[in-house]
Amino acid sequence: MTVRTTTRRHQGGPTEVLLSVRDLSVTFGLRGQRAVNAVDAVSFDIRPGQHVGLVGESGSGKSVTALAVMGLLPKRGVKISGEVSYGGRNLLTAGDSAMSSLRGRDIAMVFQDPMTSLNPVVPIGRQLTEVIVRHEKVGKAEARDRAEALLRKVGIPDPGRRLREYPHQLSGGMRQRVLIAIALACEPKLLIADEPTTALDVTIQAQVLEVLKDLVTDTDAALLMITHDLGVVAGLCDEVNVMYSGRIVEATSRGLLFGEPRHPYTGGLLESIPRLDSPRGTPLRPIPGSPTQTIPWSEGCAFAPRCRNKIDRCTEATPTLADLGDRQLRCFNPLAAADTSAEQVKA
Amino acid sequence: MSEPLVKVRGLKVHFPILGGIVLNKVVGTVKAVDGVDLDIAEGQTLGLVGESGCGKSTLGRALLRLSPVTEGSVEFGGVDVAALKGEKLRRMRQDMQMVFQDPLASLNPRQSVETILTEPLRAHGIEYDRKTRVRDLLDQVGLPSSAAQKYPHEFSGGQRQRIGIARAIALEPKFVIADEPVSALDVSIQAQVLNLLEEIQDKLGLTFLVIAHDLAVVRHVSDEVAVMYLGGVVEQAASDDLYANPLHPYTRALMSAVPVPDPTIEANRERILLQGDLPSPADPPSGCRFHTRCPFRQETRCHTERPELRVLEPGHRVACHWAEEIVSGQIQPHEVTPEEAAEAF
Repeated sequence: MTVRTTTRRHQGGPTEVLLSVRDLSVTFGLRGQRAVNAVDAVSFDIRPGQHVGLVGESGSGKSVTALAVMGLLPKRGVKISGEVSYGGRNLLTAGDSAMSSLRGRDIAMVFQDPMTSLNPVVPIGRQLTEVIVRHEKVGKAEARDRAEALLRKVGIPDPGRRLREYPHQLSGGMRQRVLIAIALACEPKLLIADEPTTALDVTIQAQVLEVLKDLVTDTDAALLMITHDLGVVAGLCDEVNVMYSGRIVEATSRGLLFGEPRHPYTGGLLESIPRLDSPRGTPLRPIPGSPTQTIPWSEGCAFAPRCRNKIDRCTEATPTLADLGDRQLRCFNPLAAADTSAEQVKA
Repeated sequence: MSEPLVKVRGLKVHFPILGGIVLNKVVGTVKAVDGVDLDIAEGQTLGLVGESGCGKSTLGRALLRLSPVTEGSVEFGGVDVAALKGEKLRRMRQDMQMVFQDPLASLNPRQSVETILTEPLRAHGIEYDRKTRVRDLLDQVGLPSSAAQKYPHEFSGGQRQRIGIARAIALEPKFVIADEPVSALDVSIQAQVLNLLEEIQDKLGLTFLVIAHDLAVVRHVSDEVAVMYLGGVVEQAASDDLYANPLHPYTRALMSAVPVPDPTIEANRERILLQGDLPSPADPPSGCRFHTRCPFRQETRCHTERPELRVLEPGHRVACHWAEEIVSGQIQPHEVTPEEAAEAF
């Protein structure tokens, strides 16, 4: 079912790291204004073919992380530090031309709102072939054939006709499929999907997630899934990073995160979501307060004002992201674990 | 069961599509709500679920006469609201209030919370003690009394929705419609507002209609749930019953599409993936509205005859010709190709 006849580009073993983000910080603030630390010393790795989730509420810095990795943040008023290494290069210091030959070919991105990320006055066929012609030595006719095959692959009926249509002639689900087709046109090694299904209805969301999952698995691409929906992560990701107020607070495998959450924020999120499979009448335990009630990380734990497990130390010192072996955790007083690893954190 | 508080019969809301440059000729109609029967018993919460474009919000608005009613009746405590006009309708609204989806858009940015909360009282000429009434309302929705002098922009999304709820209960209505009350809120805030809605219902004995696209949310707050598809109710049952035993193919597909935050369930559960999109309500498919996407579709009858909502089990109504056969396994699902689903599009 592959569109490309050439051999696959990636040959990494399971231990090799595809993208490594180290101490990434993004600060917004024009001169004379209070600076906002949107992303604060975030580190994570993505291995080839791995599906990684980045979960958080609005304002947690998850989208800014993605934009920084892609080099899509404006230069003015933004300070980025840290390192994003891909293929032995630091993307944060790579030049514009180097980045634009990388974007779309090696790393591609799917955005949340398909209406604003497609050009409304250009037929979708041209938006698809544009990527292919830009990155690969193919003629127009071949690019068009590839585009048609791609549309068929993402489940759009009558792709020949759809290629000549404009974004407004497509439904929301179809537009999102077109975006996925564009992102995967050159078979990137890493796909970053930023809330790709948030604007869609549940049945359409299920379709689009299925297409995304199939294509990513088919092409062996790694996936960085950015979402606020833990349900989406549960079905799709191997590793999950939970972000709060610009920092990662818990990072572990999917099974451990859902089966045995240790950070009070992760646990609180899971307890506050109404679920279809739990018996009705199970009371929801909401996390009190709102995400805007934080204290700066420099003065303690940003989640402390809303935390049920808060101890004095939480507002006196800043917790670090400690490696517990099975997970990374940023908490002084984590939720009880099945084993006794809680001692390690306090030590 | 006693007489329901809200009784909807054969409700239709059609919007004309106007064409032409000079003369606004009617070139078609969007059948947003097309023949809905509903009962809501006093003190109960009815949940209304469906995808965008299925007419659930229009139905809610029509119950309050915020949308024009094309045909049918909406009886509220024995009075047909659909036939009321002018002052009588205005008086009626005292008992029927609404909580809107976007709290920032539905609160006047230039009014203080106190003005927002007392405006309904003034509009209906109700005597009130300014200080205690406002403090009392704020207290009921869990906001400090200092909030009274503030303006909507000073609050977070969850707090704004609390103000919206306080405004809706200011007139001590009998019936409140909440249209997507939590979908604009962050995940960790949604639970707070859901708990608040339940608490208020318990305390005030309100009758609720909760409209939402999120099945888990609806299930959590509702005693009874109605599922809508393209202008009609396809299934209605007690909340537990509907989720334990969904009978309509659309309900089953909808439920299987909701992501569950549990990897083991996600990996093992049965999934019914629907093909295609919701057909246009301006040109709905013939027969059963769902037949273009239905994996259980049977030849001819589903194309030609629109199924009535019929009682299959006590308290469980379904609009499907083949519900019994599907449950018993006599009819097995088949593949629906994207092309078939797109035909109606």
